[in-house]
Amino acid sequence: MSFLSWGSWGSWGSAAVRPLAAPGDGPGNPWFSWQYVHDNADTLRSTLLYHAGLTGRAVILALIVALPLAVVAYWIRPLTGPILALSGFLYTIPSLALLSLIAPIVGTTTDTTVLIALVLYALLVLVRNSLAGLTQVPAEVRDAAAGMGYGRFGRLWHIELPLALPGIVTGLRLATVSTVALVTVGALIGKGGLGELILGGFRNNFYKAEILTGTILCVALALVLDLLLAGVGRLLTPWSRRQAA
Amino acid sequence: MNYLRQGFVWLNDPLNWTNPGGLLDRLVEHLRISFFAVLLACAVGWPLGVWLGHRGRGGGAVIAVANLTLAIPTLALLTILPLTPLGFGEPPVIVALAVFAVPPLLANAHTGLRSIDPETREAARGMGLSGRQLLWRVELPLAVPYLAAGLRTAAVQVVATTALAAFVNGGGLGEIISAGFGLGINVGGGQIVGGGIVVAFLAIVVEIVLAGFQRLVTPRPLRSVRRRRPSAAAPAG
Repeated sequence: MSFLSWGSWGSWGSAAVRPLAAPGDGPGNPWFSWQYVHDNADTLRSTLLYHAGLTGRAVILALIVALPLAVVAYWIRPLTGPILALSGFLYTIPSLALLSLIAPIVGTTTDTTVLIALVLYALLVLVRNSLAGLTQVPAEVRDAAAGMGYGRFGRLWHIELPLALPGIVTGLRLATVSTVALVTVGALIGKGGLGELILGGFRNNFYKAEILTGTILCVALALVLDLLLAGVGRLLTPWSRRQAA
Repeated sequence: MNYLRQGFVWLNDPLNWTNPGGLLDRLVEHLRISFFAVLLACAVGWPLGVWLGHRGRGGGAVIAVANLTLAIPTLALLTILPLTPLGFGEPPVIVALAVFAVPPLLANAHTGLRSIDPETREAARGMGLSGRQLLWRVELPLAVPYLAAGLRTAAVQVVATTALAAFVNGGGLGEIISAGFGLGINVGGGQIVGGGIVVAFLAIVVEIVLAGFQRLVTPRPLRSVRRRRPSAAAPAG
């Protein structure tokens, strides 16, 4: 970045900005401005990191809760319906309503409120996909594993969970992408990560560059995390790659 | 459970319902915005999905569009669209919400037409039906349960996300909650919780009503098979 601050900054910035500015709005409030990105690099970086961190915490917590739930639903068939129905019910509740019901209990001084809401939403996707992955394990494979002397936990750890990995990874990708978008709603209580930039720009006299930069970073973060998880999934399941080739 | 009681106390005050900008006003506004958003999304998503499914093309594109919109925050479109020539007020909110309602409608319409047994199609062709007749007399009636499933998913999602319109002062029940937060949790706690209860209740009512509707338009023999919903909803992000 150092070569950008040699002095040719202003002219270069405005040249890049002009064509993107909305007609009639004048050059004063362009949709995208390198000048803005440059001037607020520190804020952008810390907001992005916070957003990614909140997403990461939410998805990891959701996975820690979802995997045992999926295993329980898989082992005890009568519980499958209620577990899926409960998480489906939670999914129906609008994010704003959930935040407004959690916030008065937990408070708005920390981001715990947002974190709880995010975990609850990610839960359904993870439980459903993990369960789909587990139930896809062929009965012959389970029989063979039992015949080789695997117990219930051994079979789960060595056979069923590895075979369910593609389903779990699909769930993780979906949950991560939607969580990244959902974090922005936290702006309601001032804990929205990049959503703060988007809403802040809107409130700050419709500062378009701030809005669009926040949006671009948010979408880019979702896509990067999605690709990253897809890569991890491929690394963890080398057998599926061989099959596909 | 003190805060829940505060919420119910707030809801129990008739003035909070009938005041200008009170719950009733906001509810009507909420339903109007949601209705037009779903209508707009149906007008775009259904013809496109049916056409692509009829032609048997574009499956990859449909999935790609659905995945991409998942990554775009609702808040972003809600704040960006008023700054375009659409102007402020309800139109940009309706368009923004419709954008997120299109993928479930599109994907379910596409799945509905693609999941028809090819032998049914062959039989219809053998009876001398033209492409247009095949679409209207065979494919569309068979796809109705899927179209209804898409409508349910999209409508519930729109009703949920309309609450977010309050971020940009776009109206709807979210205004109640956001005004409550404006008062601060200690003063506006009852209003925050009351608004939250109403918004959640509304989403659940819409879900139940449309689930009944979906069951109604699904022919009896198909009901048990249709347990697996073709595509799940996205949370309101």
